[in-house]
Amino acid sequence: MSGHVVASPEGFQLPDSQLRVIRWMIYLAFFALAIGILNGLGQALNYSRVDILQYFPGMRNYYQGLTVHGVVNAIVFTFAFANGFLSLTTSRALARPLRSSLLWASFGCMVVGFLLAAYAMGSGQASVLYTFYPPLQAHWTFYLGLALLVVSTWVIAAALGLGLRAWRKEHPGERIPLMAFISVATYAMWVLASLGIVVEVVGLLLPWSLGLIEHSDPLLSRTLFWYSGHPVVYFWLLPAYVSWYLMVPRHAGGNLFSDSLTRVVFLMFLALSIPTGFHHQYTDPGIGTGMKALHAVLTFGVFFPSLLTAFSVVYALEIGGRRRGGTGLISWFFKLDWRNPALVAQVLAMLTFTLGGITGLINASYNLNQIVHNTAWMPGHFHMTVGSAVTLSFMGIAYWLIPYLTRKELVGGGMALISSWLYTAGVLIMARGLISGGLDGMPRRTLVMEAPYEKPSWELAGMLTGLGGTLMFIGGVLFFTVLAATVLSGKKAKEPQDLPFTKTIQGPAETGWELRLDRFRYWIIATVILIVVAYGPFLVEYLPGNFTSPPYRFY
Amino acid sequence: MTVERIEKAFLILSAAMLIAFLGALFYSSVAMGMHLPGREGEIVPTDVRNTPPFDQPGVHEVGAGEYEVVVLGRAWGFEPSEIRIPAGSRVTFISTATDVIHGFHVEGTRMNAMLIPGQITRLTYEFDEPGEHLIICHEYCGIGHHLMYGRLIVEEGS
Repeated sequence: MSGHVVASPEGFQLPDSQLRVIRWMIYLAFFALAIGILNGLGQALNYSRVDILQYFPGMRNYYQGLTVHGVVNAIVFTFAFANGFLSLTTSRALARPLRSSLLWASFGCMVVGFLLAAYAMGSGQASVLYTFYPPLQAHWTFYLGLALLVVSTWVIAAALGLGLRAWRKEHPGERIPLMAFISVATYAMWVLASLGIVVEVVGLLLPWSLGLIEHSDPLLSRTLFWYSGHPVVYFWLLPAYVSWYLMVPRHAGGNLFSDSLTRVVFLMFLALSIPTGFHHQYTDPGIGTGMKALHAVLTFGVFFPSLLTAFSVVYALEIGGRRRGGTGLISWFFKLDWRNPALVAQVLAMLTFTLGGITGLINASYNLNQIVHNTAWMPGHFHMTVGSAVTLSFMGIAYWLIPYLTRKELVGGGMALISSWLYTAGVLIMARGLISGGLDGMPRRTLVMEAPYEKPSWELAGMLTGLGGTLMFIGGVLFFTVLAATVLSGKKAKEPQDLPFTKTIQGPAETGWELRLDRFRYWIIATVILIVVAYGPFLVEYLPGNFTSPPYRFY
Repeated sequence: MTVERIEKAFLILSAAMLIAFLGALFYSSVAMGMHLPGREGEIVPTDVRNTPPFDQPGVHEVGAGEYEVVVLGRAWGFEPSEIRIPAGSRVTFISTATDVIHGFHVEGTRMNAMLIPGQITRLTYEFDEPGEHLIICHEYCGIGHHLMYGRLIVEEGS
């Protein structure tokens, strides 16, 4: 019954030309992360009333730094990593290279988009934060840059889709290899999800910033933004899930249990990620409470596949722990290979994500959200999701991916382990600070050290935020040291490696209902229907909108 | 096949937990009256000061122990910047923004909403305990965002 997750499990090697373009995408991702982490230190220290941003070259103010921090971490880093990593998993799973021309085109879009946005932010003409809510207006290059970054993901989606179609023609009647299936499902979700932000940026904000349209509609823009702004968190997360499902079991010496359950989980993410955006707008006027309640139910629905993931991934780890001699209900956990940097980073990421998930469910909790909305609780929450579940997982993946892509051996495995532990300790301490401060009203996205108001309880919260952020920063510096040392001075690996994918205990079924899982077309139709149900009534009632806000540049 | 049975139990328990949480939330909303802001109508943001009730920002007593507080959010302050009401009053905040998006959080309460240009925000709350609350703008609204705040003082009832 056991099954493979890729076609040609033995001995297939991707051509160098394919690896080269993927390597550049991954380099771009971590270059962006380095800038983001440096700015992050300044953000965290703000809460403990230490101003280091004044020493940053070219930095005009806190909000400019916060914009850079959000855009390069949450958009450039995550998009570039997903583009590279899921191109690799798909082409390896199909044992069939993707079109290099498309991959280079995507890379080109990312570089040009990044440069345009960097110009706008660096010159102080786009201090609008990464949510860029109108009527605060940025320079047109900011919007164009963001649009190109999204286009880069569409080009990858086209490359994956064409690759899958060609593979199916060559292998009629065969099940799609699991690693390709979940990679393509991720991009299918994101292509549908990104439509909101593209309509907002290309259709409304870009012409508005060029003076072609005079007014904006702030509520409509927020709605379009959050149509994409919630599912984007799954676009950040699902590449990490690909690794948790298919590679972490291998690092741990275990196996993934069920092929079918894995496919079901990714299809649930495809269908349920998008019709949930109003839970970011619970406190917005102009949207009926009935629609907000519907989105609350659907958001609880999209929590379900993450609970399934907890089961599958922990079971895979348990198999590994027991094979290494672990016994008991819990103690197998301590028998895992705690000297493997790729495994340790991702297991710590999972543990942190437990808290990230719980706090996320609280955010999604309809009227309970009013207690925490836009307080420091929010960055406390999402640094335990995107800031560690995703970032720390991508770092863990890098510990085998960079050696694989450069054909060099990892340098500094011990330092990599220290990096993961420091980063984890840091994020937990920082989140403790932000969450407790937030519960006591401390606002997010605010230069609190210069605010004329404060509460005594914010002092401890701020100290913990600064301390945790500093530890995260040191963890990040160690990570980049390992990365640079590997790229610059790693020993040549003796033989070519393959990706570290697992096998499933229950492989893909050859007959029965499971075959329908592979028919993406039907799942995409179901997703579109859900989107229409979730957003249609609001749009019918609200359009043509209230385009009466002139632009402001208060920065 | 113990694993499959454990798996099934885990799925059922997970779903049951989520449904129970949702049940509690809807109970608190419907039965206990903890409402979110909804659809209250639209306004032209550049003409707010000529549009009732926003032509008269401030505290207005509308009945015994009932108040309407009309609040404007603008870069970078609230009008009025200080609100005084007696303990035990039921207060409806009617507010909007005149320029960019602002936040409105009466810290220590669940009075937490967005002020969006072009939209009217309405919230109702009963202030039972005397005391002082910060009103914090918690949405980035430009270079002076951290300077934007107000105070709400609940005075001892007479």
